[in-house]
Amino acid sequence: MMIAEELARRVRCHAARMVHAANASHIGGCFSMAELLAVLYGQVLKYRPHEPSWPDRDRFILSKGHSTAILYAILAECGYFSVQELLQYGQDGSRLLTHVSHKMPGVEFSTGSLGHGLPFGCGKALAAKRSDKRWRTFVVLSDGELDEGSNWEAILFAGHHRLGQLTAIVDYNGIQSLGNVSDVLELHPLADKFRSFLWDVIEIDGHDVSEITEALLPHRKADGPPLAVLARTVKGKGVDFMENQLKYHYSPPRTEEQLQEVLRQLEGARS
Amino acid sequence: MRTAFIQQLQIEARRNPRIFLVVGDLGYSVVEAFAEEFPDRYLNAGVAEQNMTGLAAGLASEGYHVFTYSIGNFPTLRCLEQIRNDVCYHNLPVTIVAVGAGVAYGNLGYSHHCVQDIGCLRGMPNLTLLSPADPGETRQCVQFLSAHPGPSYLRLGKAGEPTVHELELNFEGPCRLTNGKATNAFVGTGSVLAEAMIAAANLINRGHAVDVFSMTRLTSPDLDNLRDYQRILTVEEHVAAGGLGELLCSGLPRNVKVRSISIPARLTGAVGSQCYLRASAGLDAAGIQHCFETWLAEDHV
Repeated sequence: MMIAEELARRVRCHAARMVHAANASHIGGCFSMAELLAVLYGQVLKYRPHEPSWPDRDRFILSKGHSTAILYAILAECGYFSVQELLQYGQDGSRLLTHVSHKMPGVEFSTGSLGHGLPFGCGKALAAKRSDKRWRTFVVLSDGELDEGSNWEAILFAGHHRLGQLTAIVDYNGIQSLGNVSDVLELHPLADKFRSFLWDVIEIDGHDVSEITEALLPHRKADGPPLAVLARTVKGKGVDFMENQLKYHYSPPRTEEQLQEVLRQLEGARS
Repeated sequence: MRTAFIQQLQIEARRNPRIFLVVGDLGYSVVEAFAEEFPDRYLNAGVAEQNMTGLAAGLASEGYHVFTYSIGNFPTLRCLEQIRNDVCYHNLPVTIVAVGAGVAYGNLGYSHHCVQDIGCLRGMPNLTLLSPADPGETRQCVQFLSAHPGPSYLRLGKAGEPTVHELELNFEGPCRLTNGKATNAFVGTGSVLAEAMIAAANLINRGHAVDVFSMTRLTSPDLDNLRDYQRILTVEEHVAAGGLGELLCSGLPRNVKVRSISIPARLTGAVGSQCYLRASAGLDAAGIQHCFETWLAEDHV
């Protein structure tokens, strides 16, 4: 497995080509979680690409299903399906829907409407706990989707039931559909909120692979508190004109020139 | 019906280690025996139906057949998107159980009137919707659903419903409860079917034979045994939109005339006992009889 920084760079490039070809949205939220996914799939998750239903695999759920381009890219890089298929993203008749689809190998759960992944993850974590299984459940959420009440039902539930093998990772890039999180519905102090719901909390730089690894890799007690990793990230990370720009919640690199500029900047980050 | 449900679920759970009951903090004096016998397969999810349904889907994705249980609109409308996306789209074995369907909780007010659920759920992919008429049908439904795990909705009354019949359901289409010699029929779903049975008995004494059918299955039903009737009157504790009447209108040939008695809009927010509200809607035996006789008179029969 390549180092996480290089994997993150490669999947950013794939995602840029995919949304460009499909004229699809959500590249900003893809780029903000590139390192998170790279560490998860490179160092943390246990999985077998050629046996996607391997019973002892860790379960990964993308609750912010709109950012699926980069998840598909990482699944392809990990061998679940061919990298060539990625350019079918969003095309007529394709199985690569632009919100994450369980029809794809390696995907546990389809989302798209927000606030669904964490309750589902609670069910998986509870199933593991009740049957003394050691596998873990990881759910990646956006910050904006924490507006959904269903998440807080699940956060209350997981803390009360001490689902220690459940980890929620918040891609805390600070920008949601119509503006800054702090202007729409302030989440701060988010760590305190999770702690008051009986979760352990680790706050990290979501682009620092060492910090991500240290937060996610250690074993968790089955009967301990669930873990929330609040990953401070930058929307559009890696491309100067996309970083922290609401526009790139929606807009792909539309022209060939824009795409080449994105790839040039990402190429420049090659390690 | 809720007693028949939980007793049969306990029987099924003894032979099927995958059955799991999740309740939404409701079921006092109903679920305790199950919880005591199967503590590892019982959970009170609290007053949080979206999470209850999502976590039921998560449990089901790991091999359990999960039954979620609550009152009327709470495990259905409150979490409709979780039913649609998490359960039905993923084709997971989750059975949503609602007690107090129709106006069984009539005097608790509109929040507890469960009269849009069939319409909301009938169109969900992969879903089997069962609406039993009495405790015996309820037991058969639990047996059937346990043997056919998948997305499903079990629409129950409350308690004390009379036995309407003791026939075996085939779960493919409406079950005929009478001799099949009449040219007209009543088709009912849920516990209000008992009123249709009384109305049919009264009509025989007035010279009109009417067959009666129990429409337990409301998704993808085989309607072959209804095709030759002249008139069908449907009876349901549900609004007309999306209900049994609409289902038969769209599924039967034009030569079969269909009329429906349902919960009218004027009863939105009305409060009273189930008997009172049924009578107000024309869903009691007298109302059904009157509706049918008026129809015959209009047709000069």
